[in-house]
Parts: sequence; structure tokens; C-alpha cells
Amino acid sequence: MRRTQVQATINGERVEFLCEPRQSLLEVLREELNLTGAKEGCNNGNCGACSVLLNGRVVNSCCVLGVELEGADLTTIEGIGQAGSLHPLQQTFLEEAALQCGICTPGFIVSAKALLDKEPHPDEHRVRWWLANNLCRCTGYDKIVRAVLKAADQMEEVKPV
Amino acid sequence: MENFDYVAPRSLAEAYATLGNGRSSLMLAGGTDVIVQLREGRKRCDQLIDLKHIPDLMTFQVNSDGSLEIGAAAPLATLYENAEIARRFPAIVDAATIIGGTQIQSRASLGGNLCNASPAADSSPALMALGARLVIGSSSGTREIAVEDFFVGPGRSALQPGELLVKIVVPALRENAGAFYHRFIPRNEMDIAVASAGVLLELDGSGQITRARVALGAVGPTPIMVPAAAQAVTGKAANADTFALAGAAAAEAATPITDMRGSIAQRKHLASVLTVRAFEGALARIKGDS
Ligand SMILES: Cc1cc2nc3c(=O)[nH]c(=O)nc-3n(C[C@H](O)[C@H](O)[C@H](O)COP(=O)(O)OP(=O)(O)OC[C@H]3O[C@@H](n4cnc5c(N)ncnc54)[C@H](O)[C@@H]3O)c2cc1C
Ligand code: FES
Ligand code: FES
Repeated sequence: MRRTQVQATINGERVEFLCEPRQSLLEVLREELNLTGAKEGCNNGNCGACSVLLNGRVVNSCCVLGVELEGADLTTIEGIGQAGSLHPLQQTFLEEAALQCGICTPGFIVSAKALLDKEPHPDEHRVRWWLANNLCRCTGYDKIVRAVLKAADQMEEVKPV
Repeated sequence: MENFDYVAPRSLAEAYATLGNGRSSLMLAGGTDVIVQLREGRKRCDQLIDLKHIPDLMTFQVNSDGSLEIGAAAPLATLYENAEIARRFPAIVDAATIIGGTQIQSRASLGGNLCNASPAADSSPALMALGARLVIGSSSGTREIAVEDFFVGPGRSALQPGELLVKIVVPALRENAGAFYHRFIPRNEMDIAVASAGVLLELDGSGQITRARVALGAVGPTPIMVPAAAQAVTGKAANADTFALAGAAAAEAATPITDMRGSIAQRKHLASVLTVRAFEGALARIKGDS
């Protein structure tokens, strides 16, 4: 099968790659582009471990085709914070011990970032509702929700008035 | 996943031409059904036609007569984030905000939800209650049908080869009218309806019911209208006794099956309770309570 050439912006950089139409964006990220932060949990849209920001909206990359990326702007977990300068969400996830095995963590951080970018002051109910498409088998969610609310508070503090 | 060609037409005319090229086609809107179905081998096609680069299919507008036109592939999140839709058509928001979670709603469309033709799809009863009409297009023109006539069986719609769903047209609600949609699921979110009900309620100045529409989901091979429930309440006062009549008619009309999500008896009971509460929800909206 002929591979299609795709051009997109990924984590701020222009990227060109080849992929087959049937390859999911998740597959392309992990197997063609060596961006393995997004995880495969269910491969059918239920778990959110593969969450990425596609043109600013959080989507499950297992339910997107790689070819759909043509001309798009994509942010993956690799584009959020860096070693030594973590995003507030990454810092509060550590502080609140909001992860155990960590498989779900990139998806939760990407999804929570999409929420805080849009709504800096969500209440607990809002956070839980927004994150309903992210599953965690380990933590029981309370610590994750606490970490997101704490990050929201901290991001508020550092913002200029 | 078996391979297929990916085509991204820029206009409806281009899409119709591709549809007519003799190869088997499936549409790609948000992909939240079709990508999983292709991967799991439940569907196959020679070519997957991405509808998201056709501007007509991605936008929506409120017309001067108050009716709402929604492009078939417009993502659910863009609909419920729109203040005018939220104010004028809260029953659409009822459905759009419970289809999957945030990630699904970033991509999933009403057109995909309808064309996938699941008996449990959440937008169907809401749009049926609202009296929505569907504009279907092909290279030979367009035709229009009521949304309740669109469903032929589980996974089967009235779309013919060469056709695609272009837009959904929702009539304006009248004065003293309200609509409401909800479902029963055993969890708080992220689940498929065990049963669901959508209601449109219209009152006259004295609070008498002048017109109603009742639609049920997940209690038969397709979503159904329940004209008997509407008749049972028309001409009566909008109160609990009246709504109970509609509930009884809904349970009567439901022809559910027993499966892993629920039994026949539970679904019939749910059809009644959900109908009564959908009337209460619609009434509260008329009164401005919610
Ligand atoms: C985790 C998860 C949770 C879900 N939860 C729910 C839920 O709670 N309630 C619910 O109702 N659904 C749910 N769904 C199913 C799905 O998300 C919805 O049905 C969604 O609305 C489909 O829209 P889409 O744009 O993604 O459709 P697509 O997957 O793009 O298309 C669906 C089907 O319709 C066809 N099609 C799409 N657009 C057109 C068109 N304009 N003309 C002709 N054919 C067309 C496609 O070829 C395909 O066969 C869920 C799915 C997942 C993965
Ligand atoms: S792997 Fe994509 S949602 Fe689970
Ligand atoms: S930390 Fe293991 S799944 Fe969430």
C-alpha cells in the first residue's frame, strides 16, 4: 500500500512523515515518530491514555488517523514541560502522588492541561466530569483530581494581575 | 486494520464525485465509531471519505426564523460551547454533552451519531423530539426526511449508495415550549444508554398542553416516536397525573430486548420513568427553572 506524505506541526516543530491511511495517529506517533509518551490502553476510545491536543482540543489519538494530521497543529505530552522545568500539572502530580504505574499519567496531564487552558478555575465536579474519558486502574482518582485542582491554584498565583 | 484509500474532498461536489467512482465508501466525520469499526473488522471500505474539509458540513447557524442548521460533521463540543445553541436548544446540549467524554466530543458529530444508526445513540431521540429534519445529498440533488424516518434497523439508515447526510435542521421552539433529553446508565458518565427519552412540550397561555412529541432510545431495533404518549397528554394540564399517562404509553410502546445492559422489564420501566421525568424537565425549562 502506498504511503502518504503528511506535513504537520508537532510540539511546535514542522514535521514531515509517511504513513498508511489505516495507521492511527497513536501508531504513527509511537512507531514512526518515536514519540512514545502517548500510551495505548484500549485502542478503542475508552481509556484516554493516548490523549493528545489536536488543534487545541483534546482527542484520543487511537481514534484519529495519521493522515488526518495534514496541516494540523499537534501537542503531545512531550511538548508539555521539560526535565528541569515541569509544567505545574506535572509538578503537582508528583507532589500529590497522583500516579502509581504511570500508564494513564500522560493522558491525564494532556487532558487536564486542555481543561486548565480553557477554564482556569474548575471546581472538583467539573474536573471529574472533564476527565471522565481518562481511566486509571491504580489511584482511585482522588489524588489525580487533587493534583489538578492544586495546579489550577498555583497557575493562578503566578499569573500577573 | 485492512488498508483503504483516504480521500479528503474540499467540497460537496467533490465528495459526490468520489462517492460515484464505483469503489466502496465509508465517511469519516469524527471517526469515533468508524475508525474503531474498521480496526476491529466490523466494517470495511475501499475508500474512506473525510468530510471535515467540506466547510458546509462543519458549520452551524441559527436562521432568521429561529431554526437551527447543523452541518453533519460539526464536532459536538463546538455545538454545546455555542451560547445561542445552549440557550435556544438545550435538549441538543443534553445529548451532545453525554456522548462519550471530552476527547470523544472534540471530534464526534451529530451526523456520525445518526448515520451510525445505533438504537441507543443519544442524539436520535433528542432530535426526534425536536422534530428535526435531515437534508441528504447526492450528485443528483438533495432530499429531506424527518429524523424518525431515517432509521431502518440496528446500524442501518435510509441513506442510499451515493448519498451522504449534509445537515440537520431543527425547527425553532415556539413560545411556551421546552424540550429535554436524558438516558439511564448505571454509571455517572461514559456509558451507552440502557434506555433514553426525549420530549418536546408545548403549552398555551393557561398551562394546557397543546402539543407534545415523545421519542425513546434503546428500547427497540431503532429509536421510536411514541405518538400515543403525545396524544395522552394533549389538551390536559401539565402536571404529574398527565405526565404519568405519557409514561404508561411509553412503557406500552417500548419493545426492548434483554441484553447485557438491561432486561425487557427494566427497560419498559425505564421508558416510563424517563418519559415522565423528561416531561418534568421540559416543563421546568418552560418555567425558566433550568
Ligand atoms: C469511548 C466512546 C464512548 C461513546 N459514547 C457514546 C455515547 O455515550 N452515546 C452515543 O450515542 N454514542 C457514543 N459513542 C459512539 C460515537 O462516539 C458517536 O456515535 C459519535 O457521535 C459518532 O460520530 P463521529 O462523527 O465520530 O462518526 P464517525 O465515526 O466518523 O462515523 C460514524 C458512521 O457514520 C457514517 N457517517 C458519518 N458522517 C456521515 C455523513 N455525513 N453522511 C453519511 N454517513 C456518515 C460513517 O461512515 C460511519 O459509518 C461512543 C464512542 C466511543 C469510542
Ligand atoms: S488507547 Fe486510545 S482511548 Fe484507550
Ligand atoms: S497510575 Fe496506573 S493506571 Fe493510573
